[in-house]
Amino acid sequence: MASDIRVRVFRFNPEEKAEPRFDLFSVPYSKGMTILDCLIYIKEHLDSTLAFRSSCRMGICGSCGVMVNGFPHLACHTQVSELGTDRLELRPLANYDVIKDLVVDLTPLFNKHKMVKPYLISPQLTADHVREFAQTPLELERYLQFSYCVKCGLCIAACPTCATDKQFLGPQALAQVFRYNMDSRDVGSKDRIQVIDQPHGLWRCHLAGACSDVCPKGVDPALAIQLLKRSVVGSWLGLTKRNVPRLVEEQEKQAPADAPKAPPLSV
Amino acid sequence: MAVKRYDNRLGIKGWLWAGKYPLERYFYSLQRLTGLGILLFLLLHLVETSYRIYGKGPWEATMAFFDTPLFLSLEYVVFAALIFHGLNGLRLILEEMGYLLGKPGRPVFPYVSSRQRQRPVIWVIGLTIVGLLLITAWDMFLA
Repeated sequence: MASDIRVRVFRFNPEEKAEPRFDLFSVPYSKGMTILDCLIYIKEHLDSTLAFRSSCRMGICGSCGVMVNGFPHLACHTQVSELGTDRLELRPLANYDVIKDLVVDLTPLFNKHKMVKPYLISPQLTADHVREFAQTPLELERYLQFSYCVKCGLCIAACPTCATDKQFLGPQALAQVFRYNMDSRDVGSKDRIQVIDQPHGLWRCHLAGACSDVCPKGVDPALAIQLLKRSVVGSWLGLTKRNVPRLVEEQEKQAPADAPKAPPLSV
Repeated sequence: MAVKRYDNRLGIKGWLWAGKYPLERYFYSLQRLTGLGILLFLLLHLVETSYRIYGKGPWEATMAFFDTPLFLSLEYVVFAALIFHGLNGLRLILEEMGYLLGKPGRPVFPYVSSRQRQRPVIWVIGLTIVGLLLITAWDMFLA
């Protein structure tokens, strides 16, 4: 690796009438340096007007998604050394509107996420009574992988269907549908299927697999979407098993007297 | 006041150009391209065969027009598109029904995605396509 890396950064200022441009910066390389370190260096030493998002610096908040040499990455999660080049081109995430420089408008991502009802739907959940559900480790495994989503939006930047179809729900929202539909505590799958079983919904995914390649958390949205297709077809044919939420209190009533009890809820 | 935004949607280039993505992403683009190509061929084929209604003379003239090395090569391209679209389509049908992709599990780094788990299927399909293309080429141009 060279002592300096050359970083071309996409620049767009909505207050200027000028078209977007690229600025070139030279950043001193240090071992373990991440893309986010480069951006912070540029902002602190070379150009304080550069706009980008970041927060946690540890791949948890999902704020710092950018296109690095044409591929979506979390800036904090990607070391310069793993790219195998000392020339970087940083662009804002594809398939979103750019607000300024590397900052994109993630509103469509969050709107689509809200549309698919990403929460537990169960008649046993009431506002005035906190209740605990029983769930086996096997039932947890069915959806756990898909609950790691940090809503960074990289999958939408990678998705070739999102590139042409603005209304497509996208891998993030569809993966969350599967995550909640598979949760044994949830009975809202019919409501969610109504939202996704439409022209710009589930069936617009043609399995490019790009979303799973770019996911920084190993969520594998492509797998979730294909399994969701299977479950939707199964529900049409009446072949899918319905979730039957079990409350801990009810389960304990039916358990033998000497069975261990769950600890009391402290809410 | 409306804030000016820059539309960064990739559009057609976004699904056509697979860039640094792995093989499956190229298969996605090829599947769409071959699908469109086959559709175009179907329309031309309907036009071509419709000349039969004008009688023997126009029909034979049409056949003579298409009986050239150029159109033989194009016919091979159509056949290649049919082979690819058909075989890759079978893979997609199976995978879109959740088969060949493995099961969900706890994401432990380094992550292994469903895309990686089904890679052997891609190789089998790819090699079958290449084999069929070679046999077809031999049959059309050399036999």
